[in-house]
Amino acid sequence: MIKNFFKHNYAKIREINKKYAHPNVEMSKGVKISLLFLRLYLIFLVCLLFYKFITLVQ
Amino acid sequence: MNFFARLYYRYRRIIKAVSLFLIISGPGIIVMIADNDAGGITTYAATGAKYGYNLIWLIVLLVPVCYYVQEMTVRLGAVTKRGHAEAIFEGFGSFWGWFSLADLMVVNWLTMVTEFIGMAAALKIFGVSPYITVIGICVIMGIMVLNGSYWTWEKITLLFCAMNLIYIPGAFMVHPSVTDIVYQGIVPNFPGGLNNDLFFFLMANIGTTIAPWMLFFQQSSVVDKSLKEKDIPWGRVDTYVGSFLTGVVAIFIIIVTGTVLKGINIEDAAQASVMLMKINKYVGTFMAIGLFDAGFLGAICISLASSWAFGEVFGWAHSLNYKIKEAPWFYGLYFLLLITAGIVVLIPKAPLVLITLFVQVVAVTLLPAALVFLILLLNNKKTMGEYTNTLSQNIINVAIVVAIIIISSIYGVSTMFPNVLK
Repeated sequence: MIKNFFKHNYAKIREINKKYAHPNVEMSKGVKISLLFLRLYLIFLVCLLFYKFITLVQ
Repeated sequence: MNFFARLYYRYRRIIKAVSLFLIISGPGIIVMIADNDAGGITTYAATGAKYGYNLIWLIVLLVPVCYYVQEMTVRLGAVTKRGHAEAIFEGFGSFWGWFSLADLMVVNWLTMVTEFIGMAAALKIFGVSPYITVIGICVIMGIMVLNGSYWTWEKITLLFCAMNLIYIPGAFMVHPSVTDIVYQGIVPNFPGGLNNDLFFFLMANIGTTIAPWMLFFQQSSVVDKSLKEKDIPWGRVDTYVGSFLTGVVAIFIIIVTGTVLKGINIEDAAQASVMLMKINKYVGTFMAIGLFDAGFLGAICISLASSWAFGEVFGWAHSLNYKIKEAPWFYGLYFLLLITAGIVVLIPKAPLVLITLFVQVVAVTLLPAALVFLILLLNNKKTMGEYTNTLSQNIINVAIVVAIIIISSIYGVSTMFPNVLK
């Protein structure tokens, strides 16, 4: 039953990935810059969280 | 047409407009009042206790901020007929879609825990055990959604929203000085100078104004309510009334604690309620009831925001208009979130303070992304057509979004590293 659950959802996730493989929003320069900013911002935050975790463990 | 005929005609028009508003209103008022959740009430109570009326001007400034951001979700939902999660998937692809969905799930679940902390603390004041609180809340929230009607759910929720106005009579009962409120509160000022403490309070107040779940909730709610393009003007009025009410409630909380508890450092709204009870039994009781109501409203909206988001993406039946048999996954996730968040509060020695702080940090990872996506989606002419953001809307919204991103990021970082601002 559990195996079936994961199998079904794995297939569903693949289907979703396929369905939304191509972004609908036109990738203009502004959109590309915004998405790049978001990626950098999130990488910065993840680094901060990682640093906090390391200092907490120490 | 004689005078009486014209008067009757005008009366009929007003009645028709009010009836239409009552039918369409709901998502905006609910999301805005639920924005004053357990965490929000604590922030406002602590602000009033620490600085008196001096920061009321900030709340006044935040009313249009709430309106401008949330109004975009009304347009996006009414035009695309898609919730925010699905819109992100479709607009930006599966990477950003999964990121938003997973982050939303984590933030919402953690926020739900803080709502349960608030509700349990509020009812503990009246001698109710946290076990009974958690079980009671799960049962009531279950009954609210299981009737299979969005309309019924919305009207019951609006009753709980009305209960949030309990702070208004509470404020009148402490006899504040209107002159002091006007002179100290309305003109922008920085009591004691712009020091670290004040900066933290400014950020906390701004940080509670827009939460990620609000964007997802209102857009999905607009879709579930089947609002169309022609309903957008009424959706705007609904959002404006909601943002006005959220500001009013926040101001009255500040007035209560600013009048009675000025100069005292309080840690949470439950503590403020107990302190107020010693001075005026009714005001303290109102504060505790309001805290419970705030947590309850927050929990309703947050759990639904998650279920809607997952339902949209996974293609499950995801409407409150379905019975439990017709939408088992949608209701299953709703109850899963509710029950697991409630259980955490009951675990002895659970790190509740750490969870409360962690919410602010994790929310910072989702809020900027959700806001940026919102602006970009509202500028997608292909889907938005005549409802695309105008130049003036873009200028205002981009300025608001940039300010919120900067302030909420500093707030999140200062929560992680408290010494940064010292």
